[in-house]
Amino acid sequence: MNSEPEKDPAAAPCACSGGESNAESPKKKTRREFMLALGFGLNAVAGAAVGIPILGYLFSSLVKPHQLDWVSLGPIDKFPEGTTRLAEFVNPVRRSWDGKTASIPCWVRRIQGEQFQVFAINCAHLGCPVRWFQESKLFLCPCHGGAYYEDGERAAGPPPRGLFTYQFKVKNGDLMILAGSLPTLAQPNI
Amino acid sequence: MKPAAQKIADLGLSVFNWVDDRLHVRKVWESTAGHHVPQSAGSWFYVFGSATLLCLMMQLVTGTLLALVYVPSADEAYATLEYLTYQQQLGWFLRALHYWGSDFMVGIMCLHMTQVFLWGAYKYPREITWISGLVLLVLTLGLAFTGQVMRFDEDAYWGLGIGAAIVGRVPFVGQQLVDFMLGGQIIGSETLSRFFALHVFVLPGSILAVVALHLRMVLTKGINEYPVPGMVVRRETYDKEYAAILKKEGVPFFPKAIDKDIIAAAFVIGGIVACACIFGPKGPSGPADPLHIDSSPRPDFWFLWIFAVAALMPEEIETFALLVGPVIIGIILVALPFVNGTGEKSWRRRPMAVIVVILVWVSLGMLTYLGATSPWSPVMDGWSSLPVGKEQIAGRSPLELQGAVTLQFKQCRNCHMVDGLGGERGPDLTDVGMRLTAPQLARQVVQGGGNMPAYGQNLSPAEVEALVAYMTTLVPEGVPPAQDFTLTKAAKQ
Repeated sequence: MNSEPEKDPAAAPCACSGGESNAESPKKKTRREFMLALGFGLNAVAGAAVGIPILGYLFSSLVKPHQLDWVSLGPIDKFPEGTTRLAEFVNPVRRSWDGKTASIPCWVRRIQGEQFQVFAINCAHLGCPVRWFQESKLFLCPCHGGAYYEDGERAAGPPPRGLFTYQFKVKNGDLMILAGSLPTLAQPNI
Repeated sequence: MKPAAQKIADLGLSVFNWVDDRLHVRKVWESTAGHHVPQSAGSWFYVFGSATLLCLMMQLVTGTLLALVYVPSADEAYATLEYLTYQQQLGWFLRALHYWGSDFMVGIMCLHMTQVFLWGAYKYPREITWISGLVLLVLTLGLAFTGQVMRFDEDAYWGLGIGAAIVGRVPFVGQQLVDFMLGGQIIGSETLSRFFALHVFVLPGSILAVVALHLRMVLTKGINEYPVPGMVVRRETYDKEYAAILKKEGVPFFPKAIDKDIIAAAFVIGGIVACACIFGPKGPSGPADPLHIDSSPRPDFWFLWIFAVAALMPEEIETFALLVGPVIIGIILVALPFVNGTGEKSWRRRPMAVIVVILVWVSLGMLTYLGATSPWSPVMDGWSSLPVGKEQIAGRSPLELQGAVTLQFKQCRNCHMVDGLGGERGPDLTDVGMRLTAPQLARQVVQGGGNMPAYGQNLSPAEVEALVAYMTTLVPEGVPPAQDFTLTKAAKQ
């Protein structure tokens, strides 16, 4: 019962409008075209109003300048001269829900006095954590076997360069490094 | 008076007719499940496509169920994973189903692709079917990769680091891409959140859309007839020939050609359930704690071959191969149905196709094996954990024994094997005295070379002397030690 009356009115205006559009005057056609163009135009504006903020949100990391900050690795007395030791710092750029990932390790080599080298934990090959071997004075990577000398220079294996280093300074007896971003080959000056 | 059963049947029919009138169920069913396929396509070799789709469905169900408990936060993900594995009732089983479902999905998809290639199904007129399949391959591997990040354990953490290191090699915009991938400057909360969004929203949504296209192509251009050697595809005649095949031996997919797919489906589900029961879920390994540096991260099974490639490739071509290699492979695969869209379909008449398939599978298999055993990785605790055999020290002089101590404590065995124990990064030293003379050994130790670090700075001259003296004694019984041929010749003259 329901479907019958629905069909007829649906069919009729269809045929009607079809006939009408065939017999349309040029003037009326122009109005239709105008309406269509207006529709597209309005939606282009609406699309931009939604789309541009979406892109801005999604690619916000591209707009924001890299934020680095000086963080302390503790008093320099923690690092005896002539040794290489593991140190850790809390990343200066962080969220409260970062959990354990906010704490980052690094290798500190105290040559003598206030002469230091602070190496990133990440292998220059593919970022795995390198380990220091005091006896053979080498850093070894567990992933693909990259090896580095105690001064961070590449010794063997697939790394294309030596270990990444952090800028450091000694302030009030504390060893400070400039940290905040994951070291990769995209940062040639570290 | 009609019997009651008849009445119920009539009522059921009229309800169905009412629904059908509105949704056209019958018509949709006939044009999809009931579409005609060549009888020859009802083959055991043709079950892999539907089996992959079945895996996808299982992943959607098990994944949704895991999301009831999982929290995508860098702070809490690991705790929820442990809860899922050890406390939530049957949580371990759902995790195992999802893990093994993913392994099965990638594996069966690779079989499907191999079959399609060998049976020439990518040829005219099924180019879009092939290309949409390639997109599905990429999306599925994307799901597998982002899935291992969800585990947010130490493998996931350092795996993200590897991803960032590869992306960071892109010239000019490397840093921007790293930041975009990580959602920040370090691997942290926003990294996990965006991989979660990819894994549960973006990639599954995309995969469903492309699956729809893939299946649509199966309906419009038909399933590939079982190729017969000598039956050659020509663009001008193929459509007519295919129509003739359908006319002659076409059967509705349901119920005449689906039998083997259904049996295969039961085996696939059975296989996933069996693996889930026997092997359980993977990990989680240690928490994603960067301070836990005693970590040897490894990717999941299907990415082990890439891990191996990264270790074995010459350094000079590595960046190029990592960044441009996938693009070249992609171009070759997309171009395939256009370059090689006609001609023989049967693999019996396509020896090159067979050779390519064997080469690819053997290479991937070997690389996966190497990735799993990773002989290039130093044995990080070799120097402190490996025993020294009696025959390695028996009858040695004090100087030579001191050399044996040096060999052990200077961590030589992290990379070098002695008597079957130690690293495989460098040559086996068990018989090294047979190959190198004392001056050659000293040169190699002090200067390094051939992928060995130079130890000149790290060993005192006395240590070098002792080490070399010891290594010259590493000669099997009854074999003379190495001799410098030039010296002995000069002495004779």
